[in-house]
Amino acid sequence: MIQPETEWRAHLADGRFMVQRRRSSGSHVFYPRVAEPGTGTEDLEWVEASGEGIVHAVTVVRKKDPADSYNVVLVDLAEGPRLMSKVDGVAPDEVTIGMPVRARILLEGGEPLLVFEPA
Amino acid sequence: MTMANGFPRARTAIVGAATFGIGRCPGVSAVDMAAKASLLALADAGLSLSQVDALYTSAPYEALGGLELAEYLGITPRVTDCNRTGGSAFEVYVQQAALALEAGLIDCALIAYGSNPASNPPPGVGMTRQSPWEAAYRPLAPISSYALAASRHMHLYGTTRDQLAEVAVAARQWAQLNPEAAVRDPLTVEDVLKARMVSDPLTARDCCLFNDGAAAVVMVRAERARDCAKAPIYVLGAAHAVTHREISSMPDLTVTGAALTGPQAFAQAAVTPAEIDVVMLYDAFTITPILFLEDLGFCPKGEGGRFVSGGGIAPGGALAVNTNGGGLSCVHPGMYGLFLLVEATRQLRGEAGARQVKDAKLGLAHGNGGVLSSQATVVLGTGDAI
Repeated sequence: MIQPETEWRAHLADGRFMVQRRRSSGSHVFYPRVAEPGTGTEDLEWVEASGEGIVHAVTVVRKKDPADSYNVVLVDLAEGPRLMSKVDGVAPDEVTIGMPVRARILLEGGEPLLVFEPA
Repeated sequence: MTMANGFPRARTAIVGAATFGIGRCPGVSAVDMAAKASLLALADAGLSLSQVDALYTSAPYEALGGLELAEYLGITPRVTDCNRTGGSAFEVYVQQAALALEAGLIDCALIAYGSNPASNPPPGVGMTRQSPWEAAYRPLAPISSYALAASRHMHLYGTTRDQLAEVAVAARQWAQLNPEAAVRDPLTVEDVLKARMVSDPLTARDCCLFNDGAAAVVMVRAERARDCAKAPIYVLGAAHAVTHREISSMPDLTVTGAALTGPQAFAQAAVTPAEIDVVMLYDAFTITPILFLEDLGFCPKGEGGRFVSGGGIAPGGALAVNTNGGGLSCVHPGMYGLFLLVEATRQLRGEAGARQVKDAKLGLAHGNGGVLSSQATVVLGTGDAI
């Protein structure tokens, strides 16, 4: 059977941000699972995400040294699903709801990490 | 036997209620505290430990807490439940106990909780794991999740940080009327705004306490309740909904499962929000009562911030909300849901002293678990109300 998280991370390590798509309806699913939530439909296939998204909600985690503060966002993907990420390459206070963003894969501590940057 | 919308309205009642060790409770374990609260609640009801045949408890650091407390108390319950719906667990227990009592499966339900993380810090490993889809972005658990919901509410409805702060200030003003509340010094909107920002838009004063406390309630069928020591507080409705686990999967960040459980519980109880005298809402963070006031129907969606402004939920305000001082100023030992039920019971009995809501006949306790994930609403009433 499909190994949702393992396969997703393998794709990410190969430089591809994948989401799942139902063959029958074309609707998209994230995070990856063995079946579509709500319907239980199992006709899911991997497709590469467009990478386009919009910031849906944002918070800044504040640290003693302001330079260490960082943003945490929820992003609505153009394909529909919402996920948690961060917006990279911009001061945390400059991330706003409604901001168009584009996915990018970083290496952080040797591990691939899906982030977004202003589009 | 009549069932209104799937619930045995007023067929069961809370007959015992107690708190113990609120604030600091050093030198003992969580189960010591739960046991002590249990005995106090049974004494309050005029019932004995040997009469308890159902046990509902969620221990802070022991997944098998129901088994632990049964052993500790030396009872052999016919029903033991230690559910994992977070802080809402205790409102869910009221629902489950009412159904089991009505069915005749049990005769006397004890719902108990104790936790002292302030005095007896927990071992490093908690009972939840971080989501593999969120952990890498280092959200502070759980505050960043609530902060994200707050950011969305502010964006859509113009809710302000001042309005969030009003929730904390109202809680503090109620706490000042409650000798049992842990934190009672004065608090202003400015104090909340100037406190250390933790996860925008929530400061340290937008967050609930993390202190010690225990509570327990006892439930029996209505016909037996009339023979107990105190006036029964009848369970009129109880509804539960789970919408997600992690904040990234919440269907709508500004609409909680309370929008489902509120209408269901009110229909079971055959009352409307306007009739409720005492409203106990789980206030893990200042955004949560605002969301629940809207979702439960006390004000329209998006109006929660304006509803709490100008002391709207403070003593003397339009609606009596969180009269014990809430999780923000009275007690929050990890899971707060049972304290909501105890305070609603005390108010409906007329035992609330300086903070007593006059002629209170109908009360609501709304529990929250996870990150706005699990919502459970209980409607309670006095004999006059049914």
